[in-house]
Amino acid sequence: MFKILHAEFLAPGIKRFVIEAPRIAHKQKPGQFVILRLYEQGERIPITIEHSDPERGTIGIVVQSAGKTTNLLNSLNAGDSILDVVGPLGKPSEIKDFGTVVVMGGGVGTAMAYPTAAALKRAGNRVISIVGARNKELVILEKELREVSDALMLTTDDGSYADKGFVTDKLRQLIENGTRIDLVLAIGPIPMMRAVAEMTRKERIRTIVSLNPIMIDGTGMCGGCRVLVDGKSEFACVDGPEFDAHRVDFSVLVQRNSMYRTAEQKSMEDFQHEPEKQLETVRARQTGTCALQGGDR
Amino acid sequence: MTEPTKPPTKHPSLNPLPLKERMKVPRQHMLEQAPLLRATNFTEVNLGYSEELARREAQRCLECAKPQCVSDCPVGVKVKEFVELIVAGDYLGAAAKIREDNVLPAITGRVCPQEDHCEGGCLMGKKVQPLGIGYLERFVADYEQRHLDIRNVAKATPTGKKVAIVGSGPSGLTAAGDLVQKGHQVHVFEALHEIGGVLVYGIPEFRLPKAIIRQQVDYMRAMGVVFETDVVVGRTVTIDELMQEEGYDAVFIGTGAGLPQFMGIPGEHLNGVYSANEFLTRINLMHAYEFPRYDEPMLDFRGKNVAVIGGGNTALDAIRSALRLGAGKAFILYRRSEAEMPARKEEVKHAQQEGIEFQVLAAPIEFLDDGKGWLAGARCQKMALGEPDASGRRRPVPIEGSEYEIPLAVAVIAIGTSANPIVQSTTPGLNTNKRNYIEADPMTQRTSRKGVFAGGDIVTGSATVILAMGAGRRAAKSIHEYLTSPGAW
Repeated sequence: MFKILHAEFLAPGIKRFVIEAPRIAHKQKPGQFVILRLYEQGERIPITIEHSDPERGTIGIVVQSAGKTTNLLNSLNAGDSILDVVGPLGKPSEIKDFGTVVVMGGGVGTAMAYPTAAALKRAGNRVISIVGARNKELVILEKELREVSDALMLTTDDGSYADKGFVTDKLRQLIENGTRIDLVLAIGPIPMMRAVAEMTRKERIRTIVSLNPIMIDGTGMCGGCRVLVDGKSEFACVDGPEFDAHRVDFSVLVQRNSMYRTAEQKSMEDFQHEPEKQLETVRARQTGTCALQGGDR
Repeated sequence: MTEPTKPPTKHPSLNPLPLKERMKVPRQHMLEQAPLLRATNFTEVNLGYSEELARREAQRCLECAKPQCVSDCPVGVKVKEFVELIVAGDYLGAAAKIREDNVLPAITGRVCPQEDHCEGGCLMGKKVQPLGIGYLERFVADYEQRHLDIRNVAKATPTGKKVAIVGSGPSGLTAAGDLVQKGHQVHVFEALHEIGGVLVYGIPEFRLPKAIIRQQVDYMRAMGVVFETDVVVGRTVTIDELMQEEGYDAVFIGTGAGLPQFMGIPGEHLNGVYSANEFLTRINLMHAYEFPRYDEPMLDFRGKNVAVIGGGNTALDAIRSALRLGAGKAFILYRRSEAEMPARKEEVKHAQQEGIEFQVLAAPIEFLDDGKGWLAGARCQKMALGEPDASGRRRPVPIEGSEYEIPLAVAVIAIGTSANPIVQSTTPGLNTNKRNYIEADPMTQRTSRKGVFAGGDIVTGSATVILAMGAGRRAAKSIHEYLTSPGAW
């Protein structure tokens, strides 16, 4: 059992949690993720780690409500627990002095891009951050990202805050202005990452994306998270989650992520039908086979 | 003056049946769910022996002077002795006798390929059906679970030594059980949220119920073993950290067969193509067959054509699971002939009874797209058997011009696994072979790192539960020697 120490909404449907997970906090590096399971009947979902505090033994995650599991998770508060949190998984981001790096975050992807942006800044890079959200309310981590960026550009789809448009508009501006860009890191919805990849491919700018396919164990054992990279199957959990954007087949990613849509919709409808009762089930069914964690050792 | 050593007294046989009568008694069948009924549920196929059946079967034992069944067992279970205790009606005594060599009797009694080990060596098998050793082992293990209060399980005197076991599959559990009985403090780390490794995520409920694994694990907890889930050694904590910061005197690596192998043929990324590991993990670990009571989803299999590629136990577990999910037509595609299939004989028989079709000497060469990214079928090729290959089995040779197409909604690839790199890549100085499996001495299970031992599929590649248990047992013996005799490395 992993205790939630702190929970707050950053924006409607986007919640940040601080969770007691000493072992993970001790080892986490930017770019890595955890897999969590809320209760006995729950599924396992991967979530990128937003920050970690080895001294306090805590990690932070930012979660956007999408399906049943994320909605249930975002109904939990400080004092509640998560049955299983395992990690840190995946290869850490490559952190070195590349020169000028453009870090792009779309929606909740901003929270995943943040730790890598901070690490890249510490490694001596000039960091230009581009953050996009659907509207003003959904802009997150602006202040945090500004602190680790040499420049920060903001867009909203509807123009309710900062500039109206998409993150790719800002990237195009940078390219057209002749800004030297050594690396682009893009994390967000698949259409955004695909659009970034197409734009930088022409310019031959090295581009990294962080992929979030359907995943179960997260250790390479099941192969469910395979993505087509250069025509070959690679596993996002052990070979990724970050990949060279120009080698990723995004169509296959979209198609594979749609595999269980019917079942996911059913789960979501069941949740919406009786959210309180489902939350009660989560709280009541957190008796894992093995509760030994950090402090108990 | 020394007394002459007396030969061990041979007590008279407790078996009331005269030797010459024993071969005349047929092997006792184990009750099982009717094939058409069980093909619709995930409840266990075999229903077990009654006391009467068990004693009748046990009386068939010829009580050989040099029992081959014992020497053919990878963990050396004293078969003759436990069978004799069944004849005497002392079932708990029989269970205790098995436990001297095997800490997971309820599991091996169900999934061990007895025909390759104990029953394969049974003298009776040369003339009639061999003794039902697996059935008898299962009987006493189940009897023990019903009648033994685990609070009475004896704990050994502590030695003060700490051992970390990485992975809670068959090799890890066996090593843990043997080491805790020697008084060492044993801590098992498991990456998943359930204890049991492949026993939990790989073997379906209808062959090995989860409750059985939990009971065996509870027994080990009662002996003093500590389990910690959600720890991916190599990621959450490294071997070096366990030894240097957490004070473990020795480590056993039993992380199992890691990465699923794909075939490298076109269309493997299509929706509806699974690795056996994913398919079985969804069903077994995540209970997808109980959706929506459990959240993990599964495709709708009802009435669909499903093929599993492969001929091992994993392939059979997968196709029989697909049948239970309602598949209209469920078949095995295997590139050699039935004689070469590595699966346990009983599973092949059970699968055939349930209506699984075996298309042998055939392999897919392409998965076909329905135009929307979903699997529509497979283009297959027929095979002939050529000369034996490195495995000693005859090599399948494609027959030119034999291509044919089959319509399919789901394909599950069960052709084996390769080594998972997580532990190896985070443990400096740990030697691996060309295929990235950990190098370990076959007798002592020692690796190239002092105090670090390894065994099971992460050393040998995919094998069986009992072979992994054998490795766990050898490792425990050699860890004990290492911990108790200074300078033993």
